[in-house]
Amino acid sequence: MRELRIDLPLTEEAVRSLRAGDRVLLSGPVLTGRDAAHRRLFDALAEGREPAVPLKGETVYYVGPCPAPPGRPVGSCGPTTSMRMDLLTPRLLQAGLRGMIGKGSRSPEVVEAMKQFGCVYFAAVGGAGALYASRVTSCSVLAFPDLGTEAVHRMILKDFPVLVAVDCLGGSVYR
Amino acid sequence: MQTEIDIIFAMTREIQLSDVLAAVKAGVKQACCRLDPAARACLGAAAGREQNPNARWALETLLDNAEAAERQGMPLCQDTGMAVFFVELGQEVRLVGGSLTDTLDRAVEEAYREGCFRMSVLDPLTRVNTGTNTPAVIHLDLVPGDRLRIRFLPKGFGSENMSKLYMLTPAQGLPVALDRVVEAVREAGSNPCPPVVVGVGFGGTAEKAMEIAKRALLRPLGSPNPDPQLAEIEAELLRRINELGIGAQGFSGETTALGVHAEKFPTHISAFPVAVNIQCNAVRTAEVIL
Repeated sequence: MRELRIDLPLTEEAVRSLRAGDRVLLSGPVLTGRDAAHRRLFDALAEGREPAVPLKGETVYYVGPCPAPPGRPVGSCGPTTSMRMDLLTPRLLQAGLRGMIGKGSRSPEVVEAMKQFGCVYFAAVGGAGALYASRVTSCSVLAFPDLGTEAVHRMILKDFPVLVAVDCLGGSVYR
Repeated sequence: MQTEIDIIFAMTREIQLSDVLAAVKAGVKQACCRLDPAARACLGAAAGREQNPNARWALETLLDNAEAAERQGMPLCQDTGMAVFFVELGQEVRLVGGSLTDTLDRAVEEAYREGCFRMSVLDPLTRVNTGTNTPAVIHLDLVPGDRLRIRFLPKGFGSENMSKLYMLTPAQGLPVALDRVVEAVREAGSNPCPPVVVGVGFGGTAEKAMEIAKRALLRPLGSPNPDPQLAEIEAELLRRINELGIGAQGFSGETTALGVHAEKFPTHISAFPVAVNIQCNAVRTAEVIL
């Protein structure tokens, strides 16, 4: 098992080098987005419009954080269940999304799209929201402020511990 | 001379709802930021046993998280859930100063706002957030005595979404029921944030089966059902569920469930309802007795 440090945004080379089971400390910018934001981004792409946030080369973190306590950048912020994004994910990968962070296994359709477009899926530990809050240095709303916790945020990670759960060849830690 | 009304009042005990508010609010705040001690011990033991390095990493991360949550006074998990209360109201209690429902809702709203917990509750059709994490789901039992007991469970929905209800026939019987419970956990896979606690409700009506399955989650880990048959069922289900090999976070491994808690309720001659309600690894509860 390898332990790596990876800077975001992900390069194509970094994605190609990662293998399921690699343990990674991620540092750098991600987008946050979950059910409601995925619906809006998907609908824009499906209707041929520009999505509210450019997706090319980005990594999306499936999270709806708790409000930030005074003096902190963000509240508890662990991953949510990735499966709920599966129906909408392949279209976002086609639009250039390169990485995803969430929890739990992905559908065969998502894994196929990851292989086609060269993407990686990282599993964060579900239930570890307080620990992950200590690995975020800033968090601000980027799009859809009306969605509250479900808005798209720009989040900056610092040594954020994850596991490569599905790699760009379709290798997976799930059975 | 004592009038009938004096006698009735002498038999009742007044509880001020302002006292209920303060106690429940404190309980809610603490529950969301503290991993249940029995669950912490179980996670520690599971980490010690685990051979799969990915699952062991997940278990160790969860133990680190429990420390981080307490140190920072931060919720264990960003999904601080929908507020579920199980209330036992002694019938000799007279609640004074408002409504119990409003008091519990207010305790939730204030605790969630002050604790920086996530407001996750919205209208199911318009999807507009209520902004208060209310209404709470309140199960009320009237019981003998003059005490008020309130138990709180912040129920996250990664696990709640994996709930299953099976309306089996009597002919299908217990063997099929047990197969269904194991199948429900297998299907849930990595989604409910294993290692989980599995609540099982046998009998009742459809909603009663699910209610007792959820109520079973409040029982502390390591306390089998006092009914010997149910205790045996719990042990068998735990063994079979852990043999699935799903492991912590679905990374494969020895511990998929920390415990199985089963309860039963009489049912109809035509039916054998079986409900499955799953608790994620963030076991969080509070109890207030007034």
